[in-house]
Amino acid sequence: MKQVHEGSHAVSEAVRLARVQVISAYPITPQTHIVEALSDYCADGRLDARFLCVESEHSAMAAAIGASLGGVRAFTATSSHGLAYMHELLHWAAGSRLPIVMAEVNRALGPGWNIWTDQTDSLSQRDTGWIQLYCEDGQDALDTTLMAFGLAEMLNLPVMVVLDAFFLSHTYEPVDVPDQDSVDRLLPPFAPRFRLDCEHAFNFGQMVPPARYMEMRYNLQLAMQAAEAGFAQLAAKFEELFGRRPQAVEALACADAQIVLVTSGTVTSTCRQVVRDLRRNGEKVGLLKIGMFRPFPADSVRRHLSRAAKVAVVDRNFSFGAGGIFAQEVRAALCNRQGHAPVFSYVAGLGGRDITPRTLMEIYDQTRRTATPPDESIWIGLDAEQVKTWRN
Amino acid sequence: MAQLTLDKESPMLSGHLGCPGCGAAIAMKFALQGLGEKTMVVLPASCWGVISGPYPQSSLKIPIMNMAFATAGAAASGLRAALEMTGRGDTTVLSWAGDGGTFDIGLQSLSGAVERNEDCIFVCYDNEAYMNTGVQRSSATPFGMRTTTTPGGRWKRTRKKNIVEILAAHRIPYAATASIGFAADMIAKFKKAAALKGGSRFIHVFASCPTGWRIPSEASVKVARLAVESNVFPLYEVEDGVRYTINHHGRRKVAEYLEGQGRFRHLSAQDIATIQAQVDAQWAFLRRRAQEET
Repeated sequence: MKQVHEGSHAVSEAVRLARVQVISAYPITPQTHIVEALSDYCADGRLDARFLCVESEHSAMAAAIGASLGGVRAFTATSSHGLAYMHELLHWAAGSRLPIVMAEVNRALGPGWNIWTDQTDSLSQRDTGWIQLYCEDGQDALDTTLMAFGLAEMLNLPVMVVLDAFFLSHTYEPVDVPDQDSVDRLLPPFAPRFRLDCEHAFNFGQMVPPARYMEMRYNLQLAMQAAEAGFAQLAAKFEELFGRRPQAVEALACADAQIVLVTSGTVTSTCRQVVRDLRRNGEKVGLLKIGMFRPFPADSVRRHLSRAAKVAVVDRNFSFGAGGIFAQEVRAALCNRQGHAPVFSYVAGLGGRDITPRTLMEIYDQTRRTATPPDESIWIGLDAEQVKTWRN
Repeated sequence: MAQLTLDKESPMLSGHLGCPGCGAAIAMKFALQGLGEKTMVVLPASCWGVISGPYPQSSLKIPIMNMAFATAGAAASGLRAALEMTGRGDTTVLSWAGDGGTFDIGLQSLSGAVERNEDCIFVCYDNEAYMNTGVQRSSATPFGMRTTTTPGGRWKRTRKKNIVEILAAHRIPYAATASIGFAADMIAKFKKAAALKGGSRFIHVFASCPTGWRIPSEASVKVARLAVESNVFPLYEVEDGVRYTINHHGRRKVAEYLEGQGRFRHLSAQDIATIQAQVDAQWAFLRRRAQEET
């Protein structure tokens, strides 16, 4: 049934429909609406779950780990500094192979203190062993959250569902909220592969000597490698039930495109319009939306970019001393293929600055006019006067 | 004198990885005698992370969840919630942290858990320093002790944090001290804590460390007894954060306790007098709390 929800509440609805049993959370803007709604659902009985008001994000993830190892479906949500504070436990959740799902609302890290959207918080966690799925709009947020539980439990890996602050978390849109019976068919009751159990006692998370540690890490990587196929398998079932097919990577007009713009998150919606407008003017441009960042769907990315003459990656994030993070991943995916397209790395919209159709048009034009991409990322929309004022 | 018989079938197995005379190992054995096998243990980083054995072994017959250092309170809370959601609410959740995991890095998550009055038993087995990493000072390290981070003449000049007062200030149903030197008292307290199921219970266990305290391994229990007999570590209970009961009145001098412990060997007669005065003041304070005549 179509309802009007903000992006945050689209996630809350999915968590309710997934019949999560334990939620632990600590407030941080702009994530708070997600858990406020869930707290209401627990209070009024719409969701039969324990809601733990913990005293920090570190504890929020620790409690989720305790609950998940106790054998229940567990969820938490955070943003920015909260996610950074959790960092140690992200490793712990993945290393423990626990299918925890977390919503993470992209927000810039301070200082400067900034509550607006920026992907550097979640991308800083890329090596923790979490699957990361980036959402474009409200429907995507709901669908991806449902997919996240299925995928997590299929692979025994935690999944992060990532949303842009405000542009998605606080924006109201019509969202098709599925009925409980259908969701129950997608997500049967959680049947943990292992759990804390007095009848079958194990020592979980204990010391592991060098002779055994590496194999455990490799097994985690094998699970990661199975994630894209697992996603597709689950997406097929999802489509049967709901008539929509979630995609890890979506290619729009890439088949004959000279230049392909690569985006993630809400920028994708803006870019769809830009691609339509450019196509109307006869420009051979395509769009590649990357929904799944970890594991990085390198095969799909290579396939969709194989015919492009140039690739332009739009990053709302930055790795200091290196460049835009999606651009690095795209380059890494292509670099061992002969004759691959040059990859332009554009950085835009940090700390919640708007990325408008004009911004994307500028990126397209610059890519079209330039034969070879510079080694460094190209920062779009910088104010030269401000840069000069604060320069070393 | 009453005889105490330990269960032959303990949930703790022989062949654990504790040092000879390890007070923390003795503490677990006594605790589990009080709690029984329907118990799950949450273990943050600590000596016990080693004592419990490396993969694929375990020195306990009951489930163990090893966790990151700062997380015992929160992890136990999540597990508690999961047990309740899966119809296993009668299982005891035992959070078993060292003094670092309780007094220092784990204090925030413990405070959070007991403020929520989580239905768990939170134990601090206190060996008065970071022993697993090689004897560094914690906020449980007493005045006068040498550690590897309070070495030589820079021995610790500040007092041990009063963790039971901190827990009692949360007005939890039950907080108590116990000692591996007083087995019957300790086991009875774990039984009492188990019977008080429904809210947060905290037990501060004095657990000698021959390695870090520089005492012979066979002196572990004797030193723990002397700590109680000298009122350095009094045995008492606090119910609902306000009702204090002292379980044992020590009559010995602090010097008798300090003597023979390598960690205190450098102390002068004046330093020992300072410690005696601190202990006397703290004992008087505790007796006033317990509404005993002083």
